[in-house]
Amino acid sequence: MLHDIGTVFWRDWIVLKKRLTKFIFSRMVAPLLYLTAFGLGLGRSVNLDSGSYLDFIVPGIIALNSMNISFHSVISIHAERVYHKSLEEYFLAPISATAFLIGKLLGAVLRSIISTAIIILLAKIFGANFSLSITFFAVLILNSVIFAEVGFFAAMKLSSYEEMAQVNTYILLPMSFMCGTFFSTAVLPEVVKFLVDCLPLTHTSLLMRSITHGGDITYTSGLILICYASVGFLACLKAFQKLLEE
Amino acid sequence: MIEIKNLVKIFPHRNANKNYTLKTAVDNLNLSIRRNEIFGVLGKNGAGKTTLIRLLTMQLSPTSGNIFYDNEPVEKNSAKIKRLIGVVPQHINFDQELNVGENLELHARLFGIEKNLRRKKISDLLEYLELGDCVNENVRKLSGGMKRRLLIARALIHEPQILFLDEPTVALDPQVRRKIWSLIEDLQKKGATIILTTHYIEEAEKLCQRVAILKTGKLIALDTPKNLCEKFAAKNLEEVFIKLTGQKEQI
Repeated sequence: MLHDIGTVFWRDWIVLKKRLTKFIFSRMVAPLLYLTAFGLGLGRSVNLDSGSYLDFIVPGIIALNSMNISFHSVISIHAERVYHKSLEEYFLAPISATAFLIGKLLGAVLRSIISTAIIILLAKIFGANFSLSITFFAVLILNSVIFAEVGFFAAMKLSSYEEMAQVNTYILLPMSFMCGTFFSTAVLPEVVKFLVDCLPLTHTSLLMRSITHGGDITYTSGLILICYASVGFLACLKAFQKLLEE
Repeated sequence: MIEIKNLVKIFPHRNANKNYTLKTAVDNLNLSIRRNEIFGVLGKNGAGKTTLIRLLTMQLSPTSGNIFYDNEPVEKNSAKIKRLIGVVPQHINFDQELNVGENLELHARLFGIEKNLRRKKISDLLEYLELGDCVNENVRKLSGGMKRRLLIARALIHEPQILFLDEPTVALDPQVRRKIWSLIEDLQKKGATIILTTHYIEEAEKLCQRVAILKTGKLIALDTPKNLCEKFAAKNLEEVFIKLTGQKEQI
């Protein structure tokens, strides 16, 4: 099992290694824009009791960035399944669906960690104040796993590239702005807040903000993320195995 | 060696009115494939050849029926049986992000070939298939014939006992086609069992010890090319095929 996971991860690592420089530079663009526009630009006119707006948004940017990176890391599986048919190689091999899924999730987590490291570095250069801990990385990994699972599930189920793009439009984009990344969800109307509180990115933002600013950790949020990751894992396995029946 | 018993595969099919109907791709198939033979599967487009290969190679689950490899049912021994088989698919399905060598290495790793053996096997196979200079080439840049040979190289890395070739010479020029024929015969001499689907009746007649002809998922004939010609009073296998399926295939 470990060998099989390693093989699937090896493939993703080889692909990443070939374009590591490009990956690093491209991952700097969005955080730079967010930090400049929201942190330095808009942030100067925002007053917060707890510190600067830049300090406030850094955990939010990390949360939404890890969501985007991990999702986009695995959606190439869609092209491998639908267009290149290279996914068949894994169906023919004596490896389990679980090993394949874990290998792919690890690849997504690695990309997410690299891009988070870039944001942390940039945020420090911009003068943001925050602290990191092991719990922070645990939340980062959980968030990456959840959204890699969203990408994996969509890649297994959807039949066209257009439909894949719609996942980004209808799921990721609203979450990017609504889930406590750029402002506190406490200011939202009750009904909207209830809906937003059901989404995983809200809990990642909450947890990351608490951890980086030395606040209390909400264990319920951690539990919700674990539930999302577990349910997502099972759904992905089922979707992968279902391909054998089609 | 391979026993197929009452094999059925039914797919949900969306018709022009966007309603779902059921389409039987393989219909109550019974046959056995012997060790070390080259076994041909013939049929018109949509006859069920590729579905049969996908069922035999565990890329699809049957709706009902059983497949046995050396009397072992596939559903209970899939990992073990997968190590015995190699598959050359109809379409080119390399990992587009990996080069020639990396594609072969991925396959070798997936089949658990040890690190110290991998490099040697890859280099030997690429030499054998006259692709020795291509190890670092992008797979997208290879010619059609080179891609076909690379598919065969990939399928052979883990030294399978049974090789499935799904239309291995489609769209290839005569020289490359003959090269692949001699390769198939060479593999049989080395002890492999080969299951071949093809639209080229001449290919089946030249290579196969026995052929099965499918029509709408049903087995309509099974014998040696010679016996089929005698049975249907035909000059060659192509005539048999036309008599049974009512369609002239490509030659």
